[in-house]
Amino acid sequence: MSEEQTGMFGAIGTGDTSGYGGLVRTAAATGSTERPFGGYFDQVADDLERAYPDFSDAITRVVVDRGELTLHIKKSRLVEVAQILRDKLLFEMCMGVSGIHYPERTGAELVAVYPLLSMTKNQRIRLEVATSDLDPHIPSVVNVWAGNNWHERETFDMFGIIFDGHPGLTRILMPDDWDGHPQRKDYPLGGISVEYKGATTPAPSNRRSYQ
Amino acid sequence: MTTQDKSKNNLLDPYASSRETTEGTVFSVTGGDWDSLVSEIGESKEERIIVNMGPQHPSTHGVLRLVLELEGETVTEVRTGIGYLHTGIEKNIEFRNWTQAVTFATRMDYLSPIFNETAYCLAVEKLLGITNDIPERASVIRVLMMELNRISSHMVALGTGALELGAMAPMFFAFRDREIVLDTFEEITGLRMNMAYVRPGGVSQDLPAGMNIKLREVVKSLRKNFNDNAQLLIGNTIWMKRTEGIGYLDLAGCTALGITGPVLRSAGLPWDLRKMQPYCGYENYEFDVITADTADVYGRFLVRMAELEQSLRIIEQAIDKLDKLEGQPVMVADKKIAWPAQLALGADGLGNSLDHIREIMGTSMESLIHHFKLVTEGFRVPAGQVYASVESPRGELAAHVVSDGGTRPYRVHFREPSFNNLQSTSAMSEGGMVADIIGAVASIDPVMGGVDR
Repeated sequence: MSEEQTGMFGAIGTGDTSGYGGLVRTAAATGSTERPFGGYFDQVADDLERAYPDFSDAITRVVVDRGELTLHIKKSRLVEVAQILRDKLLFEMCMGVSGIHYPERTGAELVAVYPLLSMTKNQRIRLEVATSDLDPHIPSVVNVWAGNNWHERETFDMFGIIFDGHPGLTRILMPDDWDGHPQRKDYPLGGISVEYKGATTPAPSNRRSYQ
Repeated sequence: MTTQDKSKNNLLDPYASSRETTEGTVFSVTGGDWDSLVSEIGESKEERIIVNMGPQHPSTHGVLRLVLELEGETVTEVRTGIGYLHTGIEKNIEFRNWTQAVTFATRMDYLSPIFNETAYCLAVEKLLGITNDIPERASVIRVLMMELNRISSHMVALGTGALELGAMAPMFFAFRDREIVLDTFEEITGLRMNMAYVRPGGVSQDLPAGMNIKLREVVKSLRKNFNDNAQLLIGNTIWMKRTEGIGYLDLAGCTALGITGPVLRSAGLPWDLRKMQPYCGYENYEFDVITADTADVYGRFLVRMAELEQSLRIIEQAIDKLDKLEGQPVMVADKKIAWPAQLALGADGLGNSLDHIREIMGTSMESLIHHFKLVTEGFRVPAGQVYASVESPRGELAAHVVSDGGTRPYRVHFREPSFNNLQSTSAMSEGGMVADIIGAVASIDPVMGGVDR
């Protein structure tokens, strides 16, 4: 994700005989975006700095990419910032939480992304919190946005991120006694036999008729 | 296991008794028996009972399980159990290329496939930075298809909602009208559902010849047909007794729970992404955002009924636009993204056009390589993440798409309105009568395929 690549199909050197050199592959930016951010993003950043004096300490990166603003937040400060974003900056809705698993990012393998919506101001921003696979705890924002209840349960179910302070963090899509977290990159697609009420159904690839 | 152990085991789990056969152990998984429940209640002194409703209950809109705690007929607690239709669509998408992913996304919320596809494609286009390069004709066709789809989806919401509350006739009318829309879909895309019609860069093929005339007829007959259900239900005493003041959720409740769509608009807030954050050129259409102020099941019903007419208005404007854009491309000009490049309807169905086959097989080696690479490997998408949302019939449907610069999505997450809105079941139903849960759930209009993905 970090290395710069060109060419459409990963051809190295002069392997590109089909004219597929047009699309330059850009690596995801790792630093903060410099001001001005453009649009209403400067206003949002100013308002947050004013309402939250610890801004520079809590927010590690501010990224503007493809017309979207992402605030990278230290996980210990997430709830404080969320509360201020809701009450002072009027981001009254959180559209859920989405997990991402980056196995190669040591110490920040698990990422939780919160898209926020302000209906009053018709604005959108995004919060991003990263945590280590060895300590997969992120504070829950259910006390700030009650509607995140199921979303956090889903992200726990799929990625194993433990949302501290959630009122009832249980699996929601997978069965309660399921092993592992399916959306992690080290979890295989298929090939898992299913046990239900004592009976085991082998994965399709292991069924007798396929062998 | 001894016989003793086995009989003990059967006692422990009355829902999965087992018996030995020559083929091995056979388990019979069954639900509870109503008669034994009633006799149990007769024996106990307590008023409070716990009832499992679903996941196969016909009034739960698919495989939704509700665990109800009742005191007499009053609901004191509702817990919602989901996941029975979880198919791992988000995981599967990570193993397909960017174009193939559409085929998975379309199957999530099976009543509004075009919205799933559009949300995903808008996100991919944003990642590619080609949002402004999408041909106008493609955007207009997307709008046309989305609004047709909104009608067919609302028809299921109205028809099954009425059926679940005991009204049979509205369902027949609603499904008759839905059938008209699905036939139109079949004529345009070849499929009635799960069409994978919207693709990154545009739509998979242009409308068939003479479609505009047919679409105008469809609009005409739908407009006439909508009256049937309106006359049956609006102001109907029985219908209003079952829906008025039921499933109440005010604006504060909606905001706290992240509710969008007709449920939010029934609480009085005219929040519609088509107006507030337009996409696909919705700013160029004239239509009204419908609201109600009752925040109950009846209000949501009225909102959906009135949205049908607004969708027809948009469709009419879209047809007018299509008349002017006749012959324009429906796929982005960039041949590195437009896949599959040239489709045509032949005697054996839809496939690559004969001209295209002749070119790649007979004249141009480079074209063949291009075609082969694009179809087998797909195109690359620059690294980054985006969030793209559309106003689906159920609320804000959004795709959070992450790319690592490869030919496959790194992570795709769908913010499904059904999933989010279903959380409000408890808030709407607790303290009410048990029969009103049905109305409340029907008014949320959850589609379990979308909830569980």
